[in-house]
Amino acid sequence: MSPRDLNCEEVIERLFDYLDRELDHQQTADIEWHLSRCRDCFTRAEFEKRLRARVAASGTVKAPPRLYRRIVSLLDRFDDDEPGMSR
Amino acid sequence: MTRTSQLTLTSTVWLVALRRVEPGDVMTFRDATHRRQWFEQRLEPLMDRLFGTALRLTRNPDDAEDIVAEAVVRAWARLDKLRDPERFDAWLFHILTNTFISEWRRQQSRPRAAADSDTASPDAIDADGFTLFQQLHQPFLLWWGSLEDQFFNSLLQEELQEALDTLPDPYRVAIVLVEVQGYTYEEVSGLLGIPLGTVRSRLNRARSLLQKRLWQQARDAGMAAGHADKGGQKP
Repeated sequence: MSPRDLNCEEVIERLFDYLDRELDHQQTADIEWHLSRCRDCFTRAEFEKRLRARVAASGTVKAPPRLYRRIVSLLDRFDDDEPGMSR
Repeated sequence: MTRTSQLTLTSTVWLVALRRVEPGDVMTFRDATHRRQWFEQRLEPLMDRLFGTALRLTRNPDDAEDIVAEAVVRAWARLDKLRDPERFDAWLFHILTNTFISEWRRQQSRPRAAADSDTASPDAIDADGFTLFQQLHQPFLLWWGSLEDQFFNSLLQEELQEALDTLPDPYRVAIVLVEVQGYTYEEVSGLLGIPLGTVRSRLNRARSLLQKRLWQQARDAGMAAGHADKGGQKP
């Protein structure tokens, strides 16, 4: 499988599909081949990757301790009322 | 009725509903204590991600706590159905997502004020293909580094969260499902019951709108001056 030449417009058009891993092997190889040779598109891809990583990191936030205590209490209640679940 | 008593009542209702789940034989444990320890050992390290994901989806800390609590008890009730223990994390996050979507649909079906921006048609908002990169990128080196680096170095996580939270619900949910939770477009289409093309258009608009908000924040913080001042170019 050899990569096909894409122009910059085609690469930018598919960039988010590439970053979201929505492309097949051939399409991924095509994009990566272009990125390895085009500084402008590579820079753009790196920028979007960095921003995407920051968005992904926003999904981790210190959970309030009371939430875990509440969950433990709910599980205890569930177990107490469920035959065979009591510890 | 106070919020606490409402939550207790709600919790009781779904605890009763969950007890109807029939047991399976896939996961086996020595006894109830072992089952509970196994579950809690895996749950505890996920709490920050569960809460953070729920917070990005709901935007509200109280709602996020409710969604996480409900999802965890659902998972506990269905633990015997978990076929591959190695997939516990993904399985639990999937339950969290479905719990949020059920609640979100319930809220959307309630009558709301016409002026509520979150219920406006997501296709009605013009995000016009804005890209932050085009605002920041300059094809030459600056003596202090690139504006992209400057942007990322000064971007606080709170500012990013704030920008995400200002996105209308359909956009925010799409981008959180894909970029935070790692769902494929097809999975998002199935989860939300919308065509694949709508997933794509919502993602495109979500990204443009998010980047526009981040650019506005960066400009407010002085990035515009740096961008306009091209005198910093290396000789």
